[in-house]
Amino acid sequence: MTIIFDGLASGMLLFLISVGLSVTLGLMNFVNLAHGSFAMLGGYVCALMLSRYGLPFLLAVPLAALVAALAGVLLERLLYRRLYAASPLDQVLFSIGLNFMAISAAHYFFGAQQQPMVLPEFLRGQLHFSGLDVGIYRLFLITVGLTLALCLQWLLAKTRFGAQLRAAVDNPRAARGLGINVERIFTLAFALGSALAGMGGALGIEILGLDPGFPVKYIVYFLIVVAVGGSGNIKGSLIAALLLGLCDVAGKYYLPQIGAFVIYVVMVVMLIARPQGLFNRKLLS
Amino acid sequence: MKPALQTRRLLRKFGGYIATNEVSLSVEQGARHALIGPNGAGKTTLINLLTGFLEPDAGAVILNGNDVTQLAQHQRVKRGLVRTFQINKLFADMSALESVTLAVCERLGWGWNWWRPVGDHQAAVDEAAELLSSLGLREVLNQPTRSLAYGKQRLIEIALALAARPTVLLLDEPAAGVPASESRELFETIAQLPRSVTILLIEHDMDLVFRFADRISVLVNGALLAEDKPELIAVDKRVREVYLGVSLDG
Amino acid sequence: MSTQLKPAELDPLRRAADWQRWEYAFWLLPLAAYFIFPKSLSLLSQIAITALFALSLDLILGYAGIVSLGQAAFFGLGAYAAGLMAAHGMGDPTLGLLVAALIAGCGGFISSFLVLRGTDLTRLMVTLGVAMMLYEAANKLTELTGGVDGLQGIEVKPLLGYFNFDLYGKTAYWYSVVVLFALFFLARRIVHSPFGLSLQGIRQNVGRMPAIGAPVHGRLVAVYTLSAAYAGVAGALLTQTTQFVSLDVLAFSRSAELLLMLVLGGAGCLYGALIGTAVFMTAHHFLSNMNPQYWQFWLGALLVLIVLFARDGVIGLLVRLRGWLRKSA
Repeated sequence: MTIIFDGLASGMLLFLISVGLSVTLGLMNFVNLAHGSFAMLGGYVCALMLSRYGLPFLLAVPLAALVAALAGVLLERLLYRRLYAASPLDQVLFSIGLNFMAISAAHYFFGAQQQPMVLPEFLRGQLHFSGLDVGIYRLFLITVGLTLALCLQWLLAKTRFGAQLRAAVDNPRAARGLGINVERIFTLAFALGSALAGMGGALGIEILGLDPGFPVKYIVYFLIVVAVGGSGNIKGSLIAALLLGLCDVAGKYYLPQIGAFVIYVVMVVMLIARPQGLFNRKLLS
Repeated sequence: MKPALQTRRLLRKFGGYIATNEVSLSVEQGARHALIGPNGAGKTTLINLLTGFLEPDAGAVILNGNDVTQLAQHQRVKRGLVRTFQINKLFADMSALESVTLAVCERLGWGWNWWRPVGDHQAAVDEAAELLSSLGLREVLNQPTRSLAYGKQRLIEIALALAARPTVLLLDEPAAGVPASESRELFETIAQLPRSVTILLIEHDMDLVFRFADRISVLVNGALLAEDKPELIAVDKRVREVYLGVSLDG
Repeated sequence: MSTQLKPAELDPLRRAADWQRWEYAFWLLPLAAYFIFPKSLSLLSQIAITALFALSLDLILGYAGIVSLGQAAFFGLGAYAAGLMAAHGMGDPTLGLLVAALIAGCGGFISSFLVLRGTDLTRLMVTLGVAMMLYEAANKLTELTGGVDGLQGIEVKPLLGYFNFDLYGKTAYWYSVVVLFALFFLARRIVHSPFGLSLQGIRQNVGRMPAIGAPVHGRLVAVYTLSAAYAGVAGALLTQTTQFVSLDVLAFSRSAELLLMLVLGGAGCLYGALIGTAVFMTAHHFLSNMNPQYWQFWLGALLVLIVLFARDGVIGLLVRLRGWLRKSA
């Protein structure tokens, strides 16, 4: 049914955005509540490129990811790096501060309203499969999401970078001893996570919307994905995100009067049941 | 006489790995009992099981004849089972006096007092001061713990345990991290404890072990390999094999 | 070996709870403010009320080390409790305070079993989640809470049956300040007591506490419940002095700003909560004409800077200053 596809598409977006958070949490043990701001940045860059510069959609999205990646590198080098050893509270305070700055900047430059989104022709409309109506854009999102998930798995499991990343996660000291430049790995991982978030933000304008309140509105979702999927666990994040997307869409459809209440109940229950996350394993399952 | 501390086939696994393998240990009243074994033998796990920090998968811990396996850590402390930590676990921003006074207050059941200031609890403050004095910490009573030398901090570690008036004291490598010159002072303090306190000691320094212990248990791969008087352990072939290359002649 | 310890050696601990001279001076300020700023009494009342709210957070965060992003939950519970009572004919202020403290305290007690599990990160999210749950629930139950528009029909009776809540805010001011002082006094006794010291022990080394025989969980439940009651009283004061309560008492921004105020002032010594609140709200008042985005941006920047460079807040800076002055004297 359409709900399932909507849910899966929603979940894919959540996955794209959350996977970066999962990596920073699992890798650097950094509680980055400002992660949603990178997604928002990607979203606004994309919207700007489309409306002001008339860039084609398929160019604007990677550009958004790139800008988010650059922002990630800059901020990681200048600021985040200083707080890797700080307490979770300090990291939370810091990221709330960053959020405030990002939100107010977005408000200032783009106004408080939802960013309008016009999809390119070839992504509009629906496909008809034996009685089912499937939105093309949603199908597109699911495909992109799955592809990226597979690429990430491959990156971590089969490449040298992935091996170095896993080593740096497991034992930074030993990794340094092996000659791995742990600091550079952290920066690259952060950049990758931010890029994916930016891409998610750009792709998500149509489904999740985009306004200055984006980081705060969705941070709970991202945290749920990471908490349930287990920080640093790609497969876990994917499954958790898809489940969350499905539940959220289904909930909004069948029980609209309950609204966001359920989401928070789910989060609290998940955390109580398994304070370490349901699939808590290291950077590869 | 009932043993002060006993375990009955204590078992603990971590996934597939057996950390504590059906250990049945017995520590007599007033004993100076040492627990030795190579690194990774499971000594600290055993201590954690004894104190209640870890729950066993099977088996029992018996303190002075009573089964305490179901009791939480703090409840066992109230019954006299106290431990020190291999790496100091101290209250960095409190002074030595504050830390030990806190421990004394807990022992006296004053931990829930919420109106009268700590300083007004004369008996606790005096007792803490006396204890710290007897350990040679009189000069640093009011300095924050984090500013003290490691050796002094180690003494506070012991003081915190003694403040609870243990009947059974578990010492986890008390000399760890302490320079050789200061560890003698440390051990003299421990040696001067009355026989009303039973001591189980984990230690790597064989010199200290053979000088101090009247009984030694050897733990290897989570299981008790041997348990006997020091002279007999020293010549035990199996023990020598495990400690190949290490002189056990004390 | 056993030379008698001189009393002087024990003085630092014996005298730790004594009131210092500067503390007496500090509490003369609210007195003076009444005469110096007679036109700003409503702002000053709000500062006192928020300071009480900040105190509630300091108890759990500064002393026991419990991180919370959801203190607004209890503030809101208290605010609505007092509001609902006043809207249903039971508008006596002191009764409202008591009921608010009770209800918020119960909320704290119940949620403590959810909150006091897992790591700091889990705690942050659970406290956030609980507060948001309450917000959403209040949002849906508009017949009960009045939703975004606020509860209607609040009638607060005269304080102690005699003092009307006047337009100048005089009654409200004294009411807020007296309640603040009373609860501050209580909090001060608590933090200097063995119970308070055990909370600090829990914060500084939670692993050591059971090893000295302390029941950690029980202590944390107790302080979390107490702190919730404090927050509830603050919420009730807000409702009663403004004769209004709406959803924003439960909003995340309230919890976040509270955290900021406490960190700004310096957590872990009670006065930091008061100072941070005063500084923050005064600044906000004077800068409120400014573009709200401008304010939020610099707020965020301030937060980032504090975390990076002045983690102990104003109190921390003062302590460092005192140390520096002592050295150069």
